[in-house]
Amino acid sequence: MAKIQLNGKKVSIKSNYSIFDLLKRYKLSNKKVAIEHNGIIIPRTNYKKKFLKSNDKVEIVTFIGGG
Amino acid sequence: MKKDIFKVAGKVLKSRLIVGTGKYKSFYETAKAVKASGAAMVTVAVRRVNILDKKKPILTDYLNPKKIIYLPNTAGCFNSEEALRTLRLAREMGGWKLVKLEVLGDKKTLYPNMIETIKSTKTLVKEGFKVMVYCTDDPLLAKKLEDNGASAIMPLASPIGSGLGLQNKVNISLIIKQSKVPVIVDAGIGTPSDATIAMELGCEGVLVNSAIANAKKPILMAQAFKDAVYSGRNSFLAGRMEQNYFAIPSSPSKGLI
Repeated sequence: MAKIQLNGKKVSIKSNYSIFDLLKRYKLSNKKVAIEHNGIIIPRTNYKKKFLKSNDKVEIVTFIGGG
Repeated sequence: MKKDIFKVAGKVLKSRLIVGTGKYKSFYETAKAVKASGAAMVTVAVRRVNILDKKKPILTDYLNPKKIIYLPNTAGCFNSEEALRTLRLAREMGGWKLVKLEVLGDKKTLYPNMIETIKSTKTLVKEGFKVMVYCTDDPLLAKKLEDNGASAIMPLASPIGSGLGLQNKVNISLIIKQSKVPVIVDAGIGTPSDATIAMELGCEGVLVNSAIANAKKPILMAQAFKDAVYSGRNSFLAGRMEQNYFAIPSSPSKGLI
């Protein structure tokens, strides 16, 4: 178990949890999103390789309506 | 006559009206209004996904980015760092290199901070972005943006969301005359006639959001803007008549009884 900060909220995850797993959990695997992990943008191709640890800060962003 | 083509950063757009996607009651209404506007490009913002509601639809479920050009913006960013972070994330999301930069300087007026805007433009251009830039209507600063590689100059007509229309036609005209990249009036347009005036001045396009989204009937208003921009462009291409201080009769005086 580990606790990460996801989009400003505390979230518990299992150990050996990757960004790919995280996206799957929130049903975002097939959506247009981008990920920032501890302030660094993670390229799509690295989602399976990037594992999360306690206190990591993850931001998942998408497009919303805007002018 | 030569075909009238609207091109921004090498992309041909079939409409000179660009619409924002904010402030609508629902994604359904957004999609309907965008369709009625005939726009080929829409602006979008980058925000956190709502992780508490897994089933909540997102914008891309309603507006297919493969069918309409998404122009990611940096609305809400008050310094260069925030703006760059946002656009780098947008690029990662779908390979977007054509972006709209806006760096705001003041919460009350949402007036652009031009020092940060110029700085950000330089960095983004260096990183390979094509940058359409929201800016003040100051011709010198607009020129500076162009010199730093901006793909389009987007001066405000009046403050964002104010609906006050074109407040400084002279400055907008000066910017149009000096610019080699498209000038697109952004922000402050309140009515279709405002958009027509901007197009008659020679703007290459207009960007409208609140005036459509906040109308009582947004879809009808979107259609009105489509027609207004089209008419304004045609009027510009046709070339207006000369203005005179005194009357000149329209009917011949010869053969008068």
